[in-house]
Amino acid sequence: MTAMIQEQAKPAAAVETKMTARDVKVFYGEKQAIKGVSIDVDMDNVTAFIGPSGCGKSTFLRTLNRMNDTVASARVEGTITLDGEDIYAPAMDVVQLRARVGMVFQKPNPFPKSIYENIAYGPRIHGLASGKADLDVIVEKSLRRAGLWDEVKDRLHDSGTALSGGQQQRLCIGRAIAVEPEVILMDEPCSALDPIATAKIEELIHELRGRYAIVIVTHNMQQAARVSQRTAFFHLGELVEYGVTSDIFTNPKQERTKDYITGRYG
Amino acid sequence: MAEHTIKAFDQEMDKLRGLIAEMGGRAESAIEKAMLALQRHDKVMAADVVAEDKRIDAIEAEVEKLAIEIIALRAPMANDLRDVIAALKIVGVVERIGDYAKNIAKRVPLIAANQRTQEPIALLPSMGQVAGEMVQDALNAFAARDADLALAVVERDTVVDDFYNSVFRTLVTFMVENPKTISECAHLLFIAKNIERIGDHATNVAEMVYYAATGQTLPDRERGGQSQED
Repeated sequence: MTAMIQEQAKPAAAVETKMTARDVKVFYGEKQAIKGVSIDVDMDNVTAFIGPSGCGKSTFLRTLNRMNDTVASARVEGTITLDGEDIYAPAMDVVQLRARVGMVFQKPNPFPKSIYENIAYGPRIHGLASGKADLDVIVEKSLRRAGLWDEVKDRLHDSGTALSGGQQQRLCIGRAIAVEPEVILMDEPCSALDPIATAKIEELIHELRGRYAIVIVTHNMQQAARVSQRTAFFHLGELVEYGVTSDIFTNPKQERTKDYITGRYG
Repeated sequence: MAEHTIKAFDQEMDKLRGLIAEMGGRAESAIEKAMLALQRHDKVMAADVVAEDKRIDAIEAEVEKLAIEIIALRAPMANDLRDVIAALKIVGVVERIGDYAKNIAKRVPLIAANQRTQEPIALLPSMGQVAGEMVQDALNAFAARDADLALAVVERDTVVDDFYNSVFRTLVTFMVENPKTISECAHLLFIAKNIERIGDHATNVAEMVYYAATGQTLPDRERGGQSQED
């Protein structure tokens, strides 16, 4: 029961807004994928984006650390701020932004290097460690926070790709954590994992909550219900409804949300 | 309402509603028959009511099983979730309503059929009718997802409470004036109390229906058994 109590959303007045999107539109060439989305992401609650395939939830997630910059035809309009700072401003250092707003992908994608190197790489290139001892501390701390330390501490120099899928995904989360991000974006982080590995990631998300602002895109509504305190439902590029997760799943206000979460969509 | 992509889910929800409609129909008819048996001193009809209560209990068990299966296998959300939870709670309450009807029927053979008891017995049928209609309306409201009808049932609870208070006073007066009827009138008091409880339970069902239909809970009202003679 204590877990249930911890999962309660914090009251709106008590939360610290981390990222703000205002009237965000994304175009791929002529096609408009996101049609004016405004949303606040806060430090204290895990935010889940749900919606059918092609609804724009992943596209929108990727605007939050400018991953869409890597798509030549993509164009973003509107304003997105991190701690009040416009992340699309010309002065914004995109590499630095992506260190502050980390990302974990659907398929675990560790570097083809050792477990140690997977974690150490980011802090090293960002100059976060002053020597080997420092780096060792960061590696251990990151792997502990990722819930992987006990499983890998005796084989830190084995290849990261030799781990199981679930371990690889936690390694990727550890890699994101290692550069001290403020926000972690997760794009269907469990869709390639079995239920036990999924449960471990979900438990990890609970533990990371509060330390980082977490946004998770998921196809699995039960997962959104389990891990998040705020849920946003996207449909056809629009943000249809955004609210407290328990409200969305027991008493959604919008007909489209209700049809989707009760399995009446399409 | 649009259909579920998974058709079997719709069939199960329909079955759940069907069972509750049947249960409601049986509870309402049990009340009606128990009251009729009382008026006619019909022990056979009263025994029927007692026997038929078993079917109400069986439906309760069936709905519980189906609701648990739906929760486990379909993971219902939003209005579906509210419907299943309401169904689960409603059957427990309707089962109690059936028990009250059964209890009324069991008292029928204990009330002598004579001139003396005619007058006090005549006080009860209209009260029973109001409570029976409340049960029926509450369950019709569930079947039709009709929040307004549910609200109308809640508002009618005071009618049954007022009825009870008035019947109570009349019966006490009658007993004082006709001490030989005390034994029968005591049974009639219990019957009146049973009907009053049926009204309260119908109101509880209506509140659950209102929640299932709207997602909102009704503000607290005075709970059952608040009548002044309690």
